[in-house]
Amino acid sequence: MKVNLKIWRQKNANTEGKMMDYTVDTVNPHMSFLEMLDVLNEQLVNKGEVPVAFDHDCREGICGACSLHINGRPHGPSHATTTCQLYMRHFKDGETIYIEPWRAKSFPIIKDLVVDRSAFDRIIAAGGYVSVNTGQAQDANNIPVDKALAEKAMDSAACIGCGACVAACPNSSAMLFVSAKISQLAMFPQGQAERDMRAQNMVNQMDEEGFGNCASIGACEAECPKEITLANIARMNREYIRSTIIDE
Amino acid sequence: MNNSAIFKSSIGKKFVMGLTGFFLITFLIVHASINACIWFNDGGKTFLYYAHFMGTNFIVHIIEVGLFAGLLIHVVDGLLIWKQNRAARPIKYAYNNPNANSKWYSRSMGLLGTLILLFLIIHLRNFWGPNRLNQIATGEELNLFTMMQDHFNNIGVVLIYLFGCFSLFWHLMHGFRSAFQSLGLNHLKYNHAIKVAGYAFSIIICVVFALMPVTMYLGLVK
Ligand code: SF4
Ligand code: FES
Repeated sequence: MKVNLKIWRQKNANTEGKMMDYTVDTVNPHMSFLEMLDVLNEQLVNKGEVPVAFDHDCREGICGACSLHINGRPHGPSHATTTCQLYMRHFKDGETIYIEPWRAKSFPIIKDLVVDRSAFDRIIAAGGYVSVNTGQAQDANNIPVDKALAEKAMDSAACIGCGACVAACPNSSAMLFVSAKISQLAMFPQGQAERDMRAQNMVNQMDEEGFGNCASIGACEAECPKEITLANIARMNREYIRSTIIDE
Repeated sequence: MNNSAIFKSSIGKKFVMGLTGFFLITFLIVHASINACIWFNDGGKTFLYYAHFMGTNFIVHIIEVGLFAGLLIHVVDGLLIWKQNRAARPIKYAYNNPNANSKWYSRSMGLLGTLILLFLIIHLRNFWGPNRLNQIATGEELNLFTMMQDHFNNIGVVLIYLFGCFSLFWHLMHGFRSAFQSLGLNHLKYNHAIKVAGYAFSIIICVVFALMPVTMYLGLVK
């Protein structure tokens, strides 16, 4: 099959970018979206042109490296799917496909479709962890964990930090991502000691990074490849309000 | 308690938005209930009885000050949020398909809020303003019922009021549910009920409000 591509090209963070037109006419419908871009890049390299830069790593939907705003939606048209798991059979022969980077002030463009998501790393570093003492391995059942909470925490832990929530949100809010981590750790006994500090520090870091404010629009939830829900944001709101009120 | 966080942090601002939103919702209920008394068709007697109470009771006056404060906070907080949100995405997408993942009215709260505010200015100039001014000048209240009849005789005014109700309707469709979420009140067991209650509330309140100018214009209110 053949596809016409409109791709955002930008040399580096300091230059202006623009949409450029490309055509790939040797697409196999069973290719993944990224494989289709690989074919394009091969074409470009053979012509002596600079290939399109895009992020990817595992290519099996678990690492969160891939991104891309495809035809107006983060990770493209398939529900709960990362770009690496999106297949060309979901597009029509001869279709024009727009490919853009995540758009947010807090995700500056590095090159072409690659954005700098280190703001997420700094938010995690501000409190998205549980401090543990190293030493002898503990007995696995030493700390009782509520089964229902463990299940919910596991759902929150599914976030792969891809940033599609920010890309989808009209306000470029990072609350779905931040709330997934705060929720996950707030539901475990091991997370309790740092619970209040975590809510405060992670939210403060999120605000400092310049992400927008959540307005409960729900675009993040609809586009998240790991189906993280808005319930996480409500829990984060509770965690933050609670820790603000009891703050001494 | 860390007070500054409530107004400065992203979550604090949402919290304030939700709280003031709830407060304004309670006001809408009171306002709609009292005005619905025009439909007793007793020449505005019942309506004026309650309007008199609301216009002269000392405690209601204090709540009224709180109401304006709540409205002001809701508006200013909303503007701050809107400004920050705009700054968070300096370059827009060349091709965006937001309808695939969200509702237009959820994305248009700032616009809808602005329309409501404009309507509110007109509305206060029509009724509340002249009445309070007269109270201050002469100590007498104006007859709000005949004022309504006068204003709603004019099709232009009726249309402005319908447009105000329309903006309020969509604002509430998102705002009611969103207020719960902002206060952290989200629970699998109750989410559906909150959603349905939000839709029902938006419809009922706005239809009741919209019917006032319409029935008066049609001469159905005696
Ligand atoms: S919440 Fe979803 S969309 Fe956001 S970073 Fe995590 S996996 Fe990606
Ligand atoms: S490349 Fe790892 S999730 Fe897509």
